[in-house]
Amino acid sequence: MAVMNVNPTRMELSNLKKKLVTAMRGHKLLKDKRDELMRQFLLFVRENKELRKKVEKAVKDAGAHMAKAASVMSDEAVEVALMMPSQSMRVDVEEKNVMSVTVPVFKPEYKTAVDGEIYSYGYAFTSCDLDDAVKALSDIMPDMLRLAEVEKNCQLMAGEIERTRRRVNALEHVMIPQYQDTIKYITMKLDENERSNTTRLMKVKDMMLEKAHNYHYDG
Amino acid sequence: MYKIAAIGDRDSVQGFASIGLEVYFADEKQEAEKLLKRIANDNYAVIYITEKLASMIPQEIEKYTEAVTPAIIPIPGVSGNTGEGMNNVSRFVEKAVGSDIIN
Repeated sequence: MAVMNVNPTRMELSNLKKKLVTAMRGHKLLKDKRDELMRQFLLFVRENKELRKKVEKAVKDAGAHMAKAASVMSDEAVEVALMMPSQSMRVDVEEKNVMSVTVPVFKPEYKTAVDGEIYSYGYAFTSCDLDDAVKALSDIMPDMLRLAEVEKNCQLMAGEIERTRRRVNALEHVMIPQYQDTIKYITMKLDENERSNTTRLMKVKDMMLEKAHNYHYDG
Repeated sequence: MYKIAAIGDRDSVQGFASIGLEVYFADEKQEAEKLLKRIANDNYAVIYITEKLASMIPQEIEKYTEAVTPAIIPIPGVSGNTGEGMNNVSRFVEKAVGSDIIN
């Protein structure tokens, strides 16, 4: 039994009762929050895993093409070919609130000189593997961005779930039992005082009767 | 508007320049740390980093887990997939649920 260090008075009792009600309400709300966060988190994690598989494979393939291109071209030639990208990419970040967790939403904006033109070089002096690498990366980019978004979501939500879970557990296993025990303790103590008061009064009455009328009560 | 960056060894991230990402080259721990510190405080929404490099500087990356931006995302490099990225996802699940329930 974990009794808090308080005076056993009626005032404390009513305060504690109010606190207990609040704690129970908070516990219920936090539990709901945790459950909903968990549900959404699991959806995101599944998507995260799938996207990651896809992106990792694509990036690896692109890397292989890149390596091939680098092997037939000189380092300088590759560098020159990629030096002035024809596309520039910027993202707009919006913030979304999911169960009090602020998560980012990325809105990409592509700027290309010529529509749909992703190659920043003429084809004359470059290997076709370089084209493949650039094409593969360009194709996977939307997924990569989505991956970044989803992974960040998961990261932030995992942190929030952990915190919420701790709060729920603290309320459930520490705060609420403590309040309940203390309320019980105060109630018993007050009842005990009440009883002792009654006995004392009876005793005093006996004594007074004896003194006034020489009356002796036996039995 | 935010920018997107890619960090890694030259061969792994060079290609990303072609699609409009800003690429930074780093091969060693100190270099990577310094670089990440510098660009994380700049205007970047997403920083892709090769798994190999990411596994060298976990503490530095840890600092940005609670921030909304930048999102630091490990990707495989040319030397192959170390599985670090997937482990990362499993770690999120472990943190949230207590054990890795999704395989």
